[in-house]
Parts: sequence; C-alpha cells; structure tokens
Amino acid sequence: MQKKISSIPFSGTPEQEAKLKEAIARNIDDPGAVMPVLQEAQEIYGYLPIEVQKMVADGLNVPLEEVYGVSTFYSQFALSPKGKYNISVCLGTACYVKGSGDILDKLSEILGIEAEECTPDGKFSLTACRCIGACGLAPVLTVNDDVYGRLTVNDVQGIIDKYKDA
Amino acid sequence: MYRSNVLVCGGTGCTSSNSLKIVDRLKEELAAKGLDKEVNVITTGCFGLCALGPIMVVYPEGSFYSMVSVDDVPEIVEEHLLKGRIVTRLLYQETVQEDTIKSLNETAFYAKQKRVALRNCGVIDPEKIDDYIAMDGYAALGKVLTEMTPEQVIQTILDSGLRGRGGAGFPTGLKWKFAAANDADQKYVCCNADEGDPGAFMDRSVLEGDPHAVLEAMAIAGYAIGASKGYIYVRAEYPIAVKRLRIAIEQAHEYGLLGEDIFGTGFNFDIKLRLGAGAFVCGEETSLMTSIEGKRGEPRPRPPFPALKGLYRKPTILNNVETYANIAQIILNGPEWFASMGTEKSKGTKVFALGGKINHTGLVEVPMGTTLREIIYEIGGGIPNGKKFKAAQTGGPSGGCIPTEHLDVQIDYDNLLAIGSMMGSGGLIVMDEDNCMVDVAKFFLEFTVDESCGKCTPCRIGTKRLLEMLEKITKGQGTMEMLDEMEELCYYIKANSLCGLGQTAPNPVLSTLRYFRDEYEAHVKDKKCVAGVCKDLLEFTIEKDKCIGCGMCSRKCPVGAISVTDYIAPGKKKPAFEIDHNKCIKCGACISTCKFGAIFKG
Repeated sequence: MQKKISSIPFSGTPEQEAKLKEAIARNIDDPGAVMPVLQEAQEIYGYLPIEVQKMVADGLNVPLEEVYGVSTFYSQFALSPKGKYNISVCLGTACYVKGSGDILDKLSEILGIEAEECTPDGKFSLTACRCIGACGLAPVLTVNDDVYGRLTVNDVQGIIDKYKDA
Repeated sequence: MYRSNVLVCGGTGCTSSNSLKIVDRLKEELAAKGLDKEVNVITTGCFGLCALGPIMVVYPEGSFYSMVSVDDVPEIVEEHLLKGRIVTRLLYQETVQEDTIKSLNETAFYAKQKRVALRNCGVIDPEKIDDYIAMDGYAALGKVLTEMTPEQVIQTILDSGLRGRGGAGFPTGLKWKFAAANDADQKYVCCNADEGDPGAFMDRSVLEGDPHAVLEAMAIAGYAIGASKGYIYVRAEYPIAVKRLRIAIEQAHEYGLLGEDIFGTGFNFDIKLRLGAGAFVCGEETSLMTSIEGKRGEPRPRPPFPALKGLYRKPTILNNVETYANIAQIILNGPEWFASMGTEKSKGTKVFALGGKINHTGLVEVPMGTTLREIIYEIGGGIPNGKKFKAAQTGGPSGGCIPTEHLDVQIDYDNLLAIGSMMGSGGLIVMDEDNCMVDVAKFFLEFTVDESCGKCTPCRIGTKRLLEMLEKITKGQGTMEMLDEMEELCYYIKANSLCGLGQTAPNPVLSTLRYFRDEYEAHVKDKKCVAGVCKDLLEFTIEKDKCIGCGMCSRKCPVGAISVTDYIAPGKKKPAFEIDHNKCIKCGACISTCKFGAIFKG
C-alpha cells in the first residue's frame, strides 16, 4: 500500500525527544530493536515524520534506509499525523459482508475526505483498518478508543455529530 | 468463601460493548449493599457467544445473562444477588423454558461443542495465575520436566496426531522432531499470534482468556527441542491480549515457572513478546522470523527450513496459539485421548470464529469431522432474516468459498483442500443471497494486493493483474475469454510464488469460479449482478403502481435524477415519479427514503 507522506512541518518538543532517547537506550542491546523503538516513537509523536526516523536510525546505529524500509512496510506506522479523532472503519471479512464498505463511503461523503486522509481543521482522520476482532458486533468502527458496533449507514451522521463540537 | 460468583466476559467483543463498565458498576453496587464480601466478581475471557454480548454468568445458579447494559446492573444486584430472584427478562432466551431454566451446556450453541483449547476461556480469571494452576495449570510442564525425556515428549505429540492449527496442518510432533535433531548453541521456540485473517479471532480469545496455556506449552516445546528462549509475535491490534500476556509472563516469573532452574530441574526458559505492526505476510513463518529480527517482514526461500535455520539463523520452531493451547492437555490426558477425537487424519478439535450472516456470531470449538451444516444451522443458529445460505468462506484470503452442495462434508484438513478451500486458522464467514461472489473474490484480492510484500514477481504483479480483471468484470466490462485467462493466471501464481501468501492468494478466485461460475457469467454476459452489490451493474427503478407521488425520493436525490410523470396509479391521488438512468449515480438514497417499498434495485 502506498503511504501518504505528510508535508506538515515537524514540531517535536524536547520532552518528546527525551522520551525517545530513553526508549532507544532501553532497546539498543536487542538485535531486533528497530520495530519496538518505532512503535514507541509513534506513541510519543503520534506518527513517524522523517526527522523522528533519523533520530531512531542515529540512535540505534542502523542506516536510515533500513528504518524507512521498516516504517513503510508495516501498515500500522503512519507517516502523516492523525486527526484529533481518528475514525477507523473495520474492513475485515465479517464486517465487509455486513456492509462496512458502505459505511466507509458514507463517512467519506460526510467528512469530504478519502480514507487515509485528515480533515483540513485537523479534527477528523479516516482510516480503513483490518479486522479488530469484534466480529460479533459487525459492522464496527472505532473513534480513537471508542467502539461502535452493529452499525447501519444511518448511524454515521450521529456518531460524527457526537465528536464535532467536542 | 463467596456465596456467589459473577463472571463477566472481558474479551474484546464484550469490552467493545462496555463490559468493563459493567464490572465497575457491579462492584460499586455490591459495595453499596454490603455484599462485596459475599459476592465475587470475576472478569474472564471469551464465552464464545459474542453475538449476545456483553455476557454475565452468575454461579452457583449458572444464570446466563445476555446483552446486559450498565443500567441493568442495579436490578441484577437487587433482585438476583440480594433477594435470590433470577431476572428472567435478561436471561439468554434459549435457556428460559416454561417452568425451568436450562443449563448453558444444553443450549444448541454449546451442546455440540467440545472445548479443549478453549477449556479455560470464560471460566477463569486470565490475570490470575492461581486460577490457571487450580485448573491443573503447569502440571503438564512439571510432569514433562520431572518424568519425561525430550524424546518421550516429542513421541507423545507425534502419537496424538496433532497438526498445526495455523492453517497448513503440518504435524506438530514432526516439526519438533526436526528441530530437536539439529545441534546448535541456541535454539528458539516461537508462537505465531499474528492472527491476520480478517474475520478470525480464535487466537485472540485464547490469549485473552487463557494466556498461561500458551506459556506452559512453549516451555514444554523448549524442553523438547532444547531451546531456552521463546518469542510470542502478537498483533498490536489486540491490546487486551498483549496486556494479559505481559501480566502472565510476569506472574510465571514470580512463581518460578519461567526463568532459570524451573522446578529445580536446571531447565531454563524465558519468553519475550514482540508486537506486530500490521502486515499479513508476517503470518508466514519465515516472514514472522524476519520481523522478530526487526526488519521488513519479507519471506525467505526455503530450504533451509526454520528447523535448521530460523530466527537469527538458528534452529527454530514456530507454532500457532491454538496448537499450543492443546499441548498441556495432550501431556496430561495422553495422546490416545486426543487421538480419539476427530477424523482419521485430523485429530482433536478445531476452534472456528463464526461471523458474517449468521445468528450466533462467536467462537465455537468442535471435534474435527463435524459438518458445516451442524456448525452453521445447529450451533450457529442459521441465517438471520430468513435469507438463503449461499456460501461459507473458510481460510480467509488463502481459502475458498464452500457452496450449499458441500454443506455435509466433514470438516478436516484434507476434506477442505479437496473441495478447493482450506482450514486456515479457522475463520468461518457465512454469506447469504445478498452477497455477490464476484465481489467477495475481489474483496480478497484487494486484500492480497495490499498485503503482498512485493519480493517475488508472481505474487506482486500476478495478484494485481487478477484484481484488474475482477474489477472489469464487476463493472460490466468483462469478456468470457477473461474468465479463462483468470483461471490460467491463478494456476501460474500458485505454482511460482515464493511463500504461502502468493501460493494461496488465487484460491478465493478459483473456488468462486468453480462453484459460482454462473454469477461470473451473469456479470459478463447479461451485465447483471443478481445479488445487487456491484454498483455499476445496478439499475434503480420506481414501480409506478406502488408510487403514491409523495416526492420524498425526488427531494433526497443528490443529482436530481428523479422527476414526476403524468401517470397516476389506480387508487392513488398524485402522479408517480420516475428515475432517469442516465443521471442516476446509484447511491441508494431513494430506496432508504421510500416508505412504500416502491423503489427496486436490480
């Protein structure tokens, strides 16, 4: 899958950098450290801009292309920032046969963005995700950590409204 | 001693519908009533009947409450736990009979099940090692370390006939035997918990409901092959499973059941967690090992097989979560016990994740050899809304669709292969007449195109070309020759791909071509999608004799494709409307607006 690379300027804080350095120090003796460190880096910064990848590469003493290779290979690593509310629609088989594709289309229509994009005000981002394993509730979407299940297309507007002014 | 035990499901399905808030509320209410010393609240793993979540079971009565909400909690506490009157309104209705209440094990969903891998799920508190030990936990590890040689352990697993539950069905004992035979300064035991099949959640439920079973089995495997280190590669999308595994590993260390000199026998074994980051190909064994090494999860050519050169080029075994969940039971009950279940070539039980168009979505464990009909209609409760069964999909993106005519095939590894599908890890998605089989094939191909790692050409480009053809067919641009070309390309991809992902990627296309060729032909020749899924082939029409002329649809239509005619149907007052097919964008807004069922698609 082609990754969308952000053009928003990087704005990391010294606190974030200290946290990242601590994570690098904790993992540096592990021969397979790149992935766990990138996972922590994404938790710290919310996404993995090239500046962060450079810090990881320098810190772990591996070439940047290797770090970049890993961060573009795995779908969980995001190269552009997510919105304040990230709406993630499950496109696993169980949800898909119950119509989650239509729900994604509806969200895309209401928010005016495609999957893997963020609204200009930074409020909502939309992602299509793999099975989250709540197949009993299919079709399912999540807004950050809140799970909404047994959905129909008509529920979509109401869910967005809940977060619009929050 | 508590007089009552309340079990609340803390699996992903039920927590997604707020079961943890139910636990909090329950504890509050019990404390307020002064019952917190008499009634014990336990958060368990998955009960299996996810469709009815959140689930709560009260013992000693065994009352099975389903679809409980936080607001129901005070009533349950007041009526049931204080006054001893069961709240019949909230019980799983199948357990309620005129004058008695059936036990859970007599209901259709549970009666035909045989729980081996899932035996502790929904029974114990997965965050307490003592609960696991009380259920004979770690007794198998003790027996192995003190009474058996590694050769005897491997022979026991071989005799049981256990085959890998991850999909391909390779005999587990044989894998262990190969790895044991190779000498090395370091060997590894790995666990594949990267359950990537969309629609499958068996492994997650085992990890969430009974994490120690996996740790114990990995230690047993370590003893058998001579390894002192283990890795569990688990999906990061399963936060609850990750948390419970971390707790379990920590507790096992505290009890001396992992770490150095286990049971005072001098045997050392330690387990590390590795989180995946969302790559389906990492379910393939060599990719998974490359990913544990922190690299892009691309597969490696075999040979050398992992039993010789696996993780960090050292002898390694990799088994799936469900495979491990069977190991301790085989050691304790003997290989004959395990081999007494199942069919001639597939022993034991298999867990399936039932999903899609089925009443009882959830997790079931049945002996091998159970038929699809039994699983779907007896255990699964059939298809909702009186719709007709069309196909069952097993094996995820590597598997195939099984049509009605094969509903009575006994499910085991070899029978499923013979009818063009495969066991896979156990996802079982049911589809009804509203699902278009060409669209389903396209769905899986989109998945494999996305997930192909790109290392080998047949998979990277072959699946892409296959998808392009499927897209043309669903748009009504297909030709009959294309169907033959697709089939040829499928066999080419299968024969030439480097790893399991590519070798099985064409299966959804091949199996739908085999059993639902008529649907493909309808798309190609008649430009029709009978199920009404493929938008480009749809046409929306207003049945003028049903239209009362209210004009709601016309106002909702985003492109102004609906206009009034001069025809007034008999008995109606206003003229009917019609749809201009040249303007219509097939969004379906009109259908959902019409209260009179006057608009049809097809």
